[in-house]
Order: sequence, then structure tokens, then C-alpha cells
Amino acid sequence: MKTTTDSSGDVRLSGISKTYGSFTAVHPLDLTVPEGSFFALLGASGCGKTTTLRMIAGLEEPTTGTVSLGEQDVTALPPYKRPVNTVFQSYALFPHLDIFENVAFGLRRRGIKSVKKQVEEMLELVQLGEQARKKPHQLSGGQQQRVAVARALINHPKVLLLDEPLGALDLKLRRQMQLELKRIQTEVGITFVHVTHDQEEAMTMADTVAVMNAGRVEQLGSPADLYENPRTTFVANFLGTSNLIEAETGSGGGDEIAVRAGDCTLLLPRARCSAPATAGGKVLVGVRPEKISLVHADDAGSVPAGRNRITGTIADSSFIGVSTQYVVDSPVCPRLEVYAQNIERDARLVPGAEVVLHWSPAHTFGLDAAQDIGAGVEEAA
Amino acid sequence: MTTLTEAPPPLDPTAPDRKPPRARGRWTPYWLLLPGILWLLVFFALPMVYQASTSVQTGSLEEGYKVTWHFATYWDALSAYWPQFVRSVAYAAAATVLCLLLGYPLAYMIAFRAGRWRNLIMVLVIAPFFTSFLIRTLAWKTILADGGPVVGALNTLHVLDVTGWLGWTSGDRVLATPLAVVCGLTYNFLPFMVLPLYTSLERIDARLHEAAGDLYARPWTTFRKVTFPLSMPGVVSGTLLTFIPASGDYVNADLLGSTDTRMIGNVIQTQFLRVLDYPTAAALSFILMAAILIAVTLYIRKSGTEDLV
Repeated sequence: MKTTTDSSGDVRLSGISKTYGSFTAVHPLDLTVPEGSFFALLGASGCGKTTTLRMIAGLEEPTTGTVSLGEQDVTALPPYKRPVNTVFQSYALFPHLDIFENVAFGLRRRGIKSVKKQVEEMLELVQLGEQARKKPHQLSGGQQQRVAVARALINHPKVLLLDEPLGALDLKLRRQMQLELKRIQTEVGITFVHVTHDQEEAMTMADTVAVMNAGRVEQLGSPADLYENPRTTFVANFLGTSNLIEAETGSGGGDEIAVRAGDCTLLLPRARCSAPATAGGKVLVGVRPEKISLVHADDAGSVPAGRNRITGTIADSSFIGVSTQYVVDSPVCPRLEVYAQNIERDARLVPGAEVVLHWSPAHTFGLDAAQDIGAGVEEAA
Repeated sequence: MTTLTEAPPPLDPTAPDRKPPRARGRWTPYWLLLPGILWLLVFFALPMVYQASTSVQTGSLEEGYKVTWHFATYWDALSAYWPQFVRSVAYAAAATVLCLLLGYPLAYMIAFRAGRWRNLIMVLVIAPFFTSFLIRTLAWKTILADGGPVVGALNTLHVLDVTGWLGWTSGDRVLATPLAVVCGLTYNFLPFMVLPLYTSLERIDARLHEAAGDLYARPWTTFRKVTFPLSMPGVVSGTLLTFIPASGDYVNADLLGSTDTRMIGNVIQTQFLRVLDYPTAAALSFILMAAILIAVTLYIRKSGTEDLV
């Protein structure tokens, strides 16, 4: 039960799975969370992320596979023997104990007598020193959330598990707590495993994000890597917005693949195409809305050579201050989204205007066309 | 939890035949309270006043009773019947403790482990109420009958030797002993213990158990530090709902006991209905009521749960 500080504190899940009757919540999964990292499990509700977290905590018994913390296999250990603590979704603070006793709970259970100093330090860390003698219901949502973090962190767990810890807070507070949690994590250096359905939250906070869908990890990587190089349509649509254009692979060797979409030819770096690029095969060409530039059709000549270009008509535009978001209907793809930064606004770019969209081939990615093109669109908040 | 979620009623100045809400609504609470107040007045306050006056009357049945402010009746009644008072408290306390010991695991099981059987078990807990109180108590007379299977089994297991030594049973008999009366009280008041316990246990968020486990509490520690403290409102109201009626009960002592197990309820019943000494009976009732009020107040103070919600 004593938390030891051996060198390897990685969390390793090997072949871990969970089935309830005929329903598979988590398919066999291998995952390593490096010691000291801020790791996010991101997915829509029901994707198995919380079940995975609960298996690490010991609150759920895996159907197959093992959970290891460092060198120790903890699969068979009950939660109260694991050097792991959880911040629960609705905090689960003990309503009959005051804040001080809530935070001291774990220490007292481990037989530590003089808890005062540690508890006070921990309350200081989460900036709740003044509230020590209040009951949980006297605190605001954000304060309760910080108590829940303090109550878990005071035990110096090898891993801190956070189950949608910010879900109950309003947007402004959530932003604030995201930074707060990130600060605390940097300060204490403990491994955080964070479950969330909010892609923005995962990207802001985590070093590594595992995107889960239907009980499987779709893709794992740094937030920037996931965003720039999605390998499945689910990731492309769930993390931000992607324009996916159905195209046919043409001939062509070298570093770039030429694909045909309608009467346009688009170039796609071979390294960024996760689909098998055989000539004549189908591929989905993806590009993020903010990578696309937009010019009026009359100025088509100003588009530099070597760019991917598509023509279309503006269907809709909405001005949101820092940028203008356009929806463009094109023969090759309906409803393309384009985000244009507000530097110089072209008064001709109004709904109905003929436009040319262009972007650098380097910003193009390719996905396997066998997938559902709309996967993850609905789930993305 | 304490925030006001209710929006003020929208004011609609265009509504034609509307009086200002203040004038219109001022009397509404009182009208709503009226039936309850009348009920209390007729069935609680008036009998109490009548009984209070009876307790300070003197006279006889033939000549009639008159209020003479004869407070000595209280002292006389107490000095004559204090053993029955003590016995009532002891039996009721024993039955309450037994009810708690039997009822807590049952309520816990229904609240946390029963799953889809929960409703069925709840019905079974309440099922005895479908039969009359008297019939159920008479049934215990048969169960504990001399030479019956229960007494036979207890005898074979030498349980009766132990209870006999403790003075709870006498010889080969269970019927007409303190044990029989306490058993009857326990049986009859068990649902009054189980229901409030269940209600307060069922309200406990299951995640609190997980949180305690996550914070290194073993299952038993989780129970001691989290579940039990959170079920205290149920424990307090359950013990009150058991102890108060049990201490005033006379049916169990009448049917299952003997002259040696008479409780204060039996004395009051005899004074009222057989001896026809109304002042003494009324005085005894007031003493019992005062004793229970004091005991309950002290108990609630001590257990620190003043809100029994």
C-alpha cells in the first residue's frame, strides 16, 4: 500500500478488455502511459474510456488482460491496495465530513497520525486554505472539484485518474480549471490519466491523447500529431473539423500522389496517406478548414502554381470576429468548410459568389475510403 | 443545494380581472392548513386537555369525578408502578436494539445488493401489515407454545439454560417470559425500523463507496466511516419509531407475557378499563409521555441529527 518511488512508473495495459454479457465495452487493448505524462482518453460517451479508467483504478475487473504499474502487476489487487487515486465525475466528496477530513481521508486510512501539515499544504496547493472547516455542500462546483483533486493527490499516487472531472462546470470555469489542473500536474509531476469527451479539453491539457471509439483506440499521439495527421475518418471528424473529398488515385510515383476528384487533380504527400495508394483505387482526401485560402473567381489568376485548387460557390458565411467561416459548395464536394482569418476582407465574398479554394499539397492528408466518411461527426461536441 | 431555482411568478399587468397577488394569496396557506389544524384540535388537543383535567380529579365512579387539582395522583402512581415503567423502558430498549441488529443488515441488503428483487423484498417486509396486529401476536403464542418445536429446539441446544440463567426465560417455558414479550415487540416493530433505514441507505451515492475504496478504506472501514455515518438519520428515526410505540405497547405483554412481565401499557389499560380509576390512568399516561419526550430529546441531541429528513 505504501507508495514507492521506483524508477519505472509507467502504467501498462496489456490485452485488457471488458465485456458485459454479449456487449463488449472495451476490445483487447494495449496501452502504455509513460511516467509523469498527462495522458487523455478521448471519446464520445459509451466508447469505453471510463471503463478503461475504472479498470486501472480497480473498480472494474477486466475480462482479459493485465494492468501493471511500473513493475507491479496490480490486476488482482482491490482498489484500496492500489497506489492509484481517482477524481470522480461528480467528485463523490463525503458529505458528512468537512473539507479537511475529506482531504485527510486517504492518509488516515493508511494509519498516518499527524496529517495536519500535509492537509494544509495540499489545500494551499488547490487554493482552498480558508475553506478547511466547511462541508462540501457549502462550496461551489469549482471548489468541490479542487477538493476532489486535493483528496486524491495528497496520497502521492503513482497515477491520478480523472473521470470527466470538469464535466459539471460551466464553460468559463472549465477553462480556468484546465489550466489549474495542468499547473498542478506540472508542479507535482504525477502521471495523470484524464478521461474526457471534450476534444478541446484533451488537446489543451494532455501531452498524449488516445482517441477511443466503440471500445477501441483509434489513434494515439500528441494533440498536434492527431490533428494534423488523422489516420481514420473518426479522428479527422471528431478532433476539429475536416473536409473529406472522395477521390480516385491516379498514377504517379515520387513523394506525392496525384488523385482525381471530379475534374480537379489534387496532390497528396505519400507520407500523409494512410490508405493503400494503388492506381485507380479510392481515397478520401482531407484538408482542415483553416488551411484553405479563398479567392474570388475573378482573381483566379493570382493563385500560385503548385497549389491544390477547387472551384465552388459560397453557400453560407458567418462572421465570428477573428475569422469568417464559409461553407462552399463545389462539384467535387458539397459543403466544404473554410475558415478565413480577418486580415483583409474581400467584399465580393458573399453567398452566391464564385470562388477558388486553394491550399498547399503539404497540408493534405489521405484516408482509406472504405471507412464511413461521416464517422465521428455526430459525436463531436 | 441551497440555491433558489424557482423563478418569481411572471407578472402579467394586462390580465383584466386579476387582483394583486398579495391580497389574493395571503389567506391561501391558512386555508390549506385548516383541515390539519381542525384534525389536531379535535383528535389531539381536546383529548389531551380532557385527560390532563382527568389526571387531577378526585372522586369515584358512583359520585362522579371533580377537578380538585390533586397532583398527588402523579406521585402515587409513580411510586406504585415504577417497576412497570422501568420494565417498559428495558423491554422497549431491548426490542429496539434487536430490531436494529436484524433490520440494518436487511435494509443494507435491500438497498445495495437486492438488484431486481428489491421491490419484492420491500413488499415482503410490509406484508405482515396485511394481517391484524392481534392475529400476528397470537401466532407467536403458537410459535412459542410449551413443548412446541421452537421451544424443543432451544431446549436441545441448551439455549434455554443460558436464557434461564439470565432470567429471560423460566424452566422449559418461553411463553409468559420476558424473552417472549421482547420477541413479540421486536417482530411487530421490525418494519418500522427497516423502512427508515432503507430510505436513508438507499439515498447514499454508490460512488461514495467507490471513493472510499479508492482512498485505501477496506470494506469494513468504508462501512464504519462512510456508510454508517450517512445512514444515521435512518438509524435515529428507526429507533424512535420502534422505541416509542414499543414502550407504550400492552398487547405483546398481555398475550405473550405473564403478571411478571406487565409493562406500563398494561397498567394503564387495567386502570382505565377494569379498575376504572381514570385519574391514575391519565396520570400514568402523562408520565409516560413526559418520559418519552425527555428521552427522545436527549437522544436526538446526542446523536447530532436534528434534521430527521
